[in-house]
Amino acid sequence: MTHATEEQQQVRELAREFAERELRPHVERWDREWALDASVLPALAELGFFGMLAPEEYGGMGFDLPTYVGALEELAWGEPTVALTLSIHSAFAVSLLLRHGSVEQQQRWLGPLARGEVLGCLALSEPGAGSDAAAVQTLARREGPGWVMSGTKKWVTNGRIAGLAVVLARTDEPPGSRGAKGIGAFLVPTESVGYDVGEREHTMGLRPAEVVTVQLRDVRLGPEALLGDASAGFVYAMQGLDVGRLGIAAQAVGIAQAALEHAVAYAGEREQFGQKLRTFEGMQFKLADMAARVDAARALVAWAAATPSTRASSAAKLFASETAMWVTTQAVQVFGGYGYMRDYPVEKLMRDAKATEIYEGTNEIQRVIIARELYRGA
Amino acid sequence: MKIVTCIKRVPDTEARLKIAAGRDIDAAGLKFIISPYDEFAVEAALQLREAKGGGEVIVVSVGEAAAAEQLRAALALGADRAVLLEAPPTLDGLVTARALAAELKDANADLYLFGMKAADDDQQQVGPMVAELLGLPCVTVVAELELGDGKILCHREVEGGIEVVEAPLPAVVTITKGKYEPRYPSLKGIMAAKKKPLEEKEAAAGPSRVRLLDLSHPPERPPGKVVGQGADAVPELLRLLREEAKAL
Repeated sequence: MTHATEEQQQVRELAREFAERELRPHVERWDREWALDASVLPALAELGFFGMLAPEEYGGMGFDLPTYVGALEELAWGEPTVALTLSIHSAFAVSLLLRHGSVEQQQRWLGPLARGEVLGCLALSEPGAGSDAAAVQTLARREGPGWVMSGTKKWVTNGRIAGLAVVLARTDEPPGSRGAKGIGAFLVPTESVGYDVGEREHTMGLRPAEVVTVQLRDVRLGPEALLGDASAGFVYAMQGLDVGRLGIAAQAVGIAQAALEHAVAYAGEREQFGQKLRTFEGMQFKLADMAARVDAARALVAWAAATPSTRASSAAKLFASETAMWVTTQAVQVFGGYGYMRDYPVEKLMRDAKATEIYEGTNEIQRVIIARELYRGA
Repeated sequence: MKIVTCIKRVPDTEARLKIAAGRDIDAAGLKFIISPYDEFAVEAALQLREAKGGGEVIVVSVGEAAAAEQLRAALALGADRAVLLEAPPTLDGLVTARALAAELKDANADLYLFGMKAADDDQQQVGPMVAELLGLPCVTVVAELELGDGKILCHREVEGGIEVVEAPLPAVVTITKGKYEPRYPSLKGIMAAKKKPLEEKEAAAGPSRVRLLDLSHPPERPPGKVVGQGADAVPELLRLLREEAKAL
């Protein structure tokens, strides 16, 4: 952060300007309507945001992770679901294809993903496989040269509007016999026959993002659908999560920053007992603590992006999400009764922040991961 | 089609300016931008180039070394190359105009675009002065441009109407708010800007004959006055508007 390159700075500024002009004015309505305006994602695609992690030869930007998280933070400052959508797309579709896709798979998908013509999503969780992600039961049976997939995926963000779903499914025989080593990652075009989108979830926050259940009813896939090794899907998912958690951490910093700014502005204007709230020492202490934690979270995310590792990603996600939850809760408190009302922007941020403590691995799981990494090799 | 657009680095128009002891703007922590009218001019140049299906857009700035940042921003928007003529800041428009004219006299551009004025000093001098020095026709305060065969049609917003004037190319045009709402730079544009040529050289600037003596904020507005409430207050309000504010 302290040594942001001019390019990182320009990318951040573009994201902030877009957020300020194209996202901020509409967030209250989008929250109410459970949807972004249809023009938002195409506009981001036009500017190149879908290709942040895709290489230049595929029409992407080839950004390093520090540049990427800076852009996501600023977009999240505008509307957190926009950052979520880009984070999932980049971490699970783009970066996994880049890392494990064959040349043919890369040539088929990376261009359309980078240009935003195809949105990527992840189908990992199942009714019985949440934190215990290796417990997936969706089956991918070999049939001839290809696969037939069946099962139920839960909480698929953008499962309806995405063009490509990265689906984790069992490949071991008998199913479950090889545990985490019996799972493959598949590139499933959502137009496939049998990819059926079910009910939409009614989420607490992040309402403009559509979260759905996906039924996979004997989806027939060619051999080109399998990503990398048929038994390494779980490892790939964890690698995707290392990138994904950086995105969620950046999103959390953006949410926290937005809440801090609203609180600072409100405390600078609102008067009680004949003086501005900001002149009360109790208020000053609260605002200072909020600001210091946001600074710390941003610095941690920047460090994790600059020196990526499983532990760094988990630490960034853990700390930034708890910062977002704490700071948004304090912001609601600063606003007092108004903070609890839909007419003011902070209660939405508090609802949005809560998701960052849960998805892409609950914070309890992040602590387990960090502790495990502390003893790695011991 | 070759279009030169001249831009100026100015403090962000949304920034709260502080005046430093030395009676100039305190630049510490201040964000700088392309002067908004100049940004319209850059957008106009890009749109003309796109309409023509090709050509070159060159951005030029007279200013301190830091103005390279604004030139690179213009390159990120889509300009092809940039020239920075380094010179200390001046309020003498003719010094800036001469520096530009010395650079542009052999540019052989079809069109020279300027913002109608700089957002910081508001002087509206440089565009017309460059036209004079280059011996070119000049149309000012133009909201929309149309290219004709060897000529340019300019839509000017004049008091209570729109005037359309024509000038032969090459010409100098100063742009105001109108058709040319600036685009966002794309991420590709930002990446590409690093590889585009940005030439930096000493400006042929003479001594400045206009000096800043003092800079101060306008006096604080007197607080509003509550005349009364309801219909009873209307006669008194009208009296004050007429006699005190002289607004009626």
